[in-house]
Amino acid sequence: MANRTQVSIRGLYKIFGSNPDAALPQVLAGMGKEELLQEYDHVLGLKDINVDMQAGEITVVMGLSGSGKSTLIRHVNRLIEPTAGEIDIDGNNILGLSATELLRFRQTMMSMVFQKFALFPHRTVLQNAAMALEVRGEDISKREAEAHKWLERVGLGGYQNHYPYQLSGGMQQRVGIARALTSNSDIMLMDEAFSALDPLIRTDMQNLLLELQTELHKTIIFITHDLDEALKLADHLVILKDGAVVQQGEPQDILLNPADPYIEDFVGDINRARVLRVRSIMHPGEDGDHIAGDVDQNATLESVIELSAGNTQKNYRVCADGVPVGFLDMKELVKALVPARTNASRSRAAR
Amino acid sequence: MAFYDKIFETFGLTAWCGKGDESPMNMAQLLAQTRGEASAEASSGIPFPSLDNLNESCAAIPRTRDMTSGLEDAFLSVKDAMKVVLDPVTQPLSWALDGALWAFLATPWWILLPALFWLTWYVSRSVAVTVFVACSFLFLGFIDHLDAAIQTLSIIFVCTGLCVLFGVPIGILMAKSNTLQRAMIPLLDLLQTLPSFVYLIPLIFLFSVTESKLYGIAIIVYAIVPVIRLTDLGIRLVDKDVIEAANAYGMNARQKLLGVEIPLALPNIMAGVNQTIMMSLAMVVIASLVSAPGLGVLVLRGIRNLELGVGLVAGLGIVLLAVVLDRTTKAALARINVAHENG
Repeated sequence: MANRTQVSIRGLYKIFGSNPDAALPQVLAGMGKEELLQEYDHVLGLKDINVDMQAGEITVVMGLSGSGKSTLIRHVNRLIEPTAGEIDIDGNNILGLSATELLRFRQTMMSMVFQKFALFPHRTVLQNAAMALEVRGEDISKREAEAHKWLERVGLGGYQNHYPYQLSGGMQQRVGIARALTSNSDIMLMDEAFSALDPLIRTDMQNLLLELQTELHKTIIFITHDLDEALKLADHLVILKDGAVVQQGEPQDILLNPADPYIEDFVGDINRARVLRVRSIMHPGEDGDHIAGDVDQNATLESVIELSAGNTQKNYRVCADGVPVGFLDMKELVKALVPARTNASRSRAAR
Repeated sequence: MAFYDKIFETFGLTAWCGKGDESPMNMAQLLAQTRGEASAEASSGIPFPSLDNLNESCAAIPRTRDMTSGLEDAFLSVKDAMKVVLDPVTQPLSWALDGALWAFLATPWWILLPALFWLTWYVSRSVAVTVFVACSFLFLGFIDHLDAAIQTLSIIFVCTGLCVLFGVPIGILMAKSNTLQRAMIPLLDLLQTLPSFVYLIPLIFLFSVTESKLYGIAIIVYAIVPVIRLTDLGIRLVDKDVIEAANAYGMNARQKLLGVEIPLALPNIMAGVNQTIMMSLAMVVIASLVSAPGLGVLVLRGIRNLELGVGLVAGLGIVLLAVVLDRTTKAALARINVAHENG
């Protein structure tokens, strides 16, 4: 699929307080979060955010609580108005939309899934799922057929006439996803959508999302504070800290080349063997000696270790769809399991 | 020689004060008169520097009675202008009350009672409540109090209906505007704490006692407060996450209000309606002083003519009516709450 930037955020600033416009010049001049809070009693929510989100990809925005990730996602459908900056969707700046255009835009272009589900408690599962089409003014038979289809797809066939309080958390969030899919919008915003669920249910839901994504190719913006989840889902990973982007890129790349000690700390606890894939550490091009077998380029390192039974003498040929694209030295693989360090932290560790 | 003479002399104000002519009674005399006692000269130490006491030393200072009669004059002077506006505006209320009374009394009991029982069943869906209501009305009919009870009931239906009609929109506007809420809360506090008799005083001046709108207005003004308050509260308590979801999917203000906010606030609004019904029942008894028909008239007769039995039985009838209305609306409320249960 050809890459096309669908959502483009340019120089986005958000300052919370009584008079954000007065505080903006100070922030542009480089004033930090603490200083701004002390001297102007304003909170710096987002600072110079520049992110491009590609159509058909899952962009994960990750950060700890207070990093501004939920604020950021709410700018994409203008539930929060920015203090400065530009948000282009399909090349149109959505900040220029009038009130009625904005309603139309939210009805047709965006859907959203919430951490606390935010289903309508007084409506049945079917009515909840059909909500987006109802808002748009579709007639009842069409919207219920569509809602029915997506409820079936997320595994909730037969629960149409239940009320949300009769369902478990995981099932309620399936209704939330069905509601988003029924709206049939290109862009899906997911605000910590799985954070309130049990670990096992969460894994189920992640798999459901990936499975749906291979089929639907939505532009998904996913917010999470969980790095494992971020690495599992992300095509493009954006890491936020204190309202600013610390590093963004392909998750494998961030894992192998963390930009600063903050990211290193973050990725330090990750099971790298399970997350890193062969393609990230292979040598492209010519074959090496002692080829012991073939591995797929998207195989995890864990599966290769299992294949080699722990023997670091072996080399493997890496294939993509059966065509050789490079080779893998097991010694390289073992080295990649040790978290990479920047120069600064390496000297700190040596001391 | 009054106590404060010296002070006015010290400041050289004697000339300004002048000699007072005979003005109306002061407050002490008024109170003594209403108690039927002779005015006793109070002479214990320093009198409080009130308007009456200062007036004894300086006639230029008005008495408290002058103030109350001034208020009265002021009211009477704007009365005619108010009447021009209020009379036509409130006339439909008279029609509604008279119409409801006529309709309820003209319907034969063997149609009216089954209709009431069906209404009870329709809103409560509870066999126990319906049977209780049926027994209560049959008992009231058996002791020949049915007509009076039905009159009271019809007044309550009309007044509660109008309270909801005006109260719910006012409550919604209050929930939407913090400024309006700040302005309304003192007014609602005033309406709720003002003794119910006091409502009647200005109304008696404005309207003729034979007009039904006189007691209608008194009841509505007194009973509308809870439904306004609880509508405001209910709308404000609607889950912020759900409102955010409604916004994220592009609902407009009307869709949000009718599709989300009012349905989710309904349990609170219904609790307000229940309170409003109870308060209009309390007021309808007092309103019998100004010719509101119903059980209250019998209570009043019991007090006026010292007919103990008549007053007590009518009072018991009111209690029965109160319990009937309360149980029915509570059952309806419980039914809504089940549908809104939130996990």
